[in-house]
Amino acid sequence: MSRRKQKADRINELLATEGDAVFENTQGFNSGRYASTAKLAKYEALKDEARTIKEDAIERLPVLIESVTETIEERGGTVYVAEDPTDANRYIREVVDDAGAESVVKSKSMTSEELEVNEALEADGVDVWETDLGEFVLQVADEAPSHLVAPAIHRSRDDIATLFNEYFELEEPLESAEELTRFARDYLGEHIKDADIGMTGANFVTADTGTVALVTSEGNARKTLASTDTHVTVAGIEKLIPTFEELQPFIELIGRSGTGQDITSYVSLFTPPLSISGLNFEANELVTETDRDFHLVLVDNGRWAMRDDDQLRETLYCIRCSACANSCANFQHVGGHAFGGETYTGGIATGWEAGVHGLDSAAGFNDLCTGCSRCVNACPVEIDIPWINTVVRDRLNRSGDDGQFDFLVDGLTPDEEPGRLDIQKRFFGNFATIAKLGSATAPLSNWLANRPVSRRIMERMVGVDRRRELPRFRSETFKQWFDARSSSVQSRTARPTGSTDAAGGGGSTTPPADREVLLYPDLYTNHVQIERGKAAVRLLEALGVPVTVPDVPSSGRAPLSQGMVATAREHAQGVLEAVRPHLRDGRDVVVLEPSDLAMFKREYKKLLPTEEFERLRDGSYEILEYVYGLVETDPDVAAALEATTPSNRLAYHSHCQQRTLRLESYTTTILERAGFDVVTSDVECCGMAGSFGYKREYYDLSMDVGAALRDQFAAEDDRRLVASGTSCIEQLDSLFERPTTHPVEVLAAHVVDE
Amino acid sequence: MGNTAIRSFEDSIASLPATMEQVPAAEFEDAIASHLAEPAVGVSLPFEGVSLQGLPVTLSPTAEEVSAARTGITPASLAIGDYGSVVVGDRNDGAEPVSLFVNEHVAVVRASDVVESMSDAVGELGDEVRDGLQSAVVATGPSATADMGELVHGVHGPESVHVLLLSDR
Repeated sequence: MSRRKQKADRINELLATEGDAVFENTQGFNSGRYASTAKLAKYEALKDEARTIKEDAIERLPVLIESVTETIEERGGTVYVAEDPTDANRYIREVVDDAGAESVVKSKSMTSEELEVNEALEADGVDVWETDLGEFVLQVADEAPSHLVAPAIHRSRDDIATLFNEYFELEEPLESAEELTRFARDYLGEHIKDADIGMTGANFVTADTGTVALVTSEGNARKTLASTDTHVTVAGIEKLIPTFEELQPFIELIGRSGTGQDITSYVSLFTPPLSISGLNFEANELVTETDRDFHLVLVDNGRWAMRDDDQLRETLYCIRCSACANSCANFQHVGGHAFGGETYTGGIATGWEAGVHGLDSAAGFNDLCTGCSRCVNACPVEIDIPWINTVVRDRLNRSGDDGQFDFLVDGLTPDEEPGRLDIQKRFFGNFATIAKLGSATAPLSNWLANRPVSRRIMERMVGVDRRRELPRFRSETFKQWFDARSSSVQSRTARPTGSTDAAGGGGSTTPPADREVLLYPDLYTNHVQIERGKAAVRLLEALGVPVTVPDVPSSGRAPLSQGMVATAREHAQGVLEAVRPHLRDGRDVVVLEPSDLAMFKREYKKLLPTEEFERLRDGSYEILEYVYGLVETDPDVAAALEATTPSNRLAYHSHCQQRTLRLESYTTTILERAGFDVVTSDVECCGMAGSFGYKREYYDLSMDVGAALRDQFAAEDDRRLVASGTSCIEQLDSLFERPTTHPVEVLAAHVVDE
Repeated sequence: MGNTAIRSFEDSIASLPATMEQVPAAEFEDAIASHLAEPAVGVSLPFEGVSLQGLPVTLSPTAEEVSAARTGITPASLAIGDYGSVVVGDRNDGAEPVSLFVNEHVAVVRASDVVESMSDAVGELGDEVRDGLQSAVVATGPSATADMGELVHGVHGPESVHVLLLSDR
């Protein structure tokens, strides 16, 4: 069985067994996040603040570790900085041994999962109990967490009831969530009473006061501390923040970002060692003065190296809230048992796994991040999670062979990547070359590509799923159409003044506010969906704006999505060279394809010098964002738009990256102002995500994600389907009988033709 | 502090699975007596003119009494308007276990200790922590879990929370 087939089978198995529970739960968390953060007036400012605190904390980490050690040890506690799991576990085992302890109760801690401390203690004959109900379920089931915050999210109530009834051989079977909860509470309550040692994680540790903050809901962490005399807190070194007061933005953000609660039931702030009250069940006493032992185990395990790594450092800002998992369409469908490594799950897991367990642990799931960027605005510490995934993909592409086969491919491929690069990634990463060839040889290329034999070969060799319809390349590209048209007298062709070419023929319209557009001929508009390009030209010209279509390379989105960073940078530089003189002449760069616009506005930040990036970012517009600007500044344009009264009803699916750039509302607003009746989808992603849905191993997941979008529009069968992204249009085409078009085509048809 | 914070606290409590009432200190005993379910355990209240003495509340309970109690009464040093949270600090008085191991936690808080924002609360707590407060919990509504497939209130901690605001304190 091929590797791709194996992967597809594993994903299909998880979709069938865990998909429904994961989907329901993550959807709940995700919609809760939207609702809860919308109520928070200072949401964006708090995120900025949280980000600044984390940047500062990681920058000053050595000083913070010194400070917290001094503070806690002055009060009689111990701080141990452990190099790796073996070191940490050795220390914890010694603490347990010194205390003569037989049993340990734990509250939820992902860092302790990273250490596998339970296994280490159990090997010594110590009883270890997870008291968080989700972790308890996993302990009983002998499974790994599938989610950072809700570790048993993949299990339904029925599942858990069956598990408990069988495992504990219950005569009266448990059924309801209340019954299950009560059973677990009572069962664990006895273990908590008898326990010798309480072990917790930490959400934050303040370096100045030595306070541990625990964000919980069940109350098990509090009971764990109140009932035991020796406390061990396990935390990654990145959990330190400088001062107690800096807890505030995190307390306000963490619950909202994760499970969508304004705040969780309990935020415990304990400043150890504790001489506070507790219950001693052995002596049946409420003890008000206790003398407890405290050990803070700060875990390095690769984190120092991450701090020195310019690309992975951001991972250390992560507060493990799970927003990146909940907002991720792929995660929502398949869960952390596919979208996760040895310990961590979701988008940020790539950074954690690469950092603490090594690149190999990230390799198995890194491709599930499609770069859709829906997690970017959801992250409370503003981590560029898609970029971390891209960087790790790039490193994986380059790892292993020391470039020994590079000579074989140098000169043969149009990219900058090493010989070891997976052929599927190379194929999709070089889509620009394929598209050029496809157009040059169309329709033969389309006929040939769609022959069953070709599809079988493509599937086997390149991993392009044969069930997916291939794009049909057009023999006349959009650019060719435009140039042919410009050489007649229909349109004025603006050229940069630096260019040797003279200005083209005079146009018949006067541009409002003297604006001129450089319409970016993205790969798809140029070779496949040339109608939307033509529509954009007609619409802009009808609104009085002259249009130029430049000779310019593709944006680099395709190689970037395959982790081919060097190739993507080449493309970025090429785009910049071509566009720069136009920007200098004051032309506005208008883009149809949202994933390419997102390159100009987001991704190029990592690929181009800052000033050049900012100039392009600030000068680039999504097509309907641009139309919106024209309408807002020019009453004549507004009149032209609003003059028609279309009766069309539309169902509009915005594009993931377009929404991350907060550009969705321009399209809906313009369509509505033009008289359309519009409903919109609210799925995070259509599931196609560029090349993702074409890949043999991900086709089924892609279609499963798409099903959520199909369900949303299922009742809208009298509406015309519109979508802004190429991938979304292709996905919608595969989900619905009727075709989907770009909104600019709908608008142009009304404004220009009526 | 002041009326805005209290109004906001009332709104926040209304959106939580929690309840509250406002009474002047003179009516405190009646209010508690009519609310509590026995057996009840409590922590003596550091507020002028209010006391749990004379009520059916065990004030120096054993571990088993705490664990078996239906009601646990503690003071709260702060209440947070924006969230409906109360801050329960343990001052070696049993407040942490008494607020935790019971079915219902009744938090008694002075109207003058209601602050508006989390920022205010963290600011005041920071001072208290530096003064030696070792354990404080920002508690918002009852303990809860969704780990068993549906939302359930009352897990390891209390399943209900009642806040008694002393309107003239």
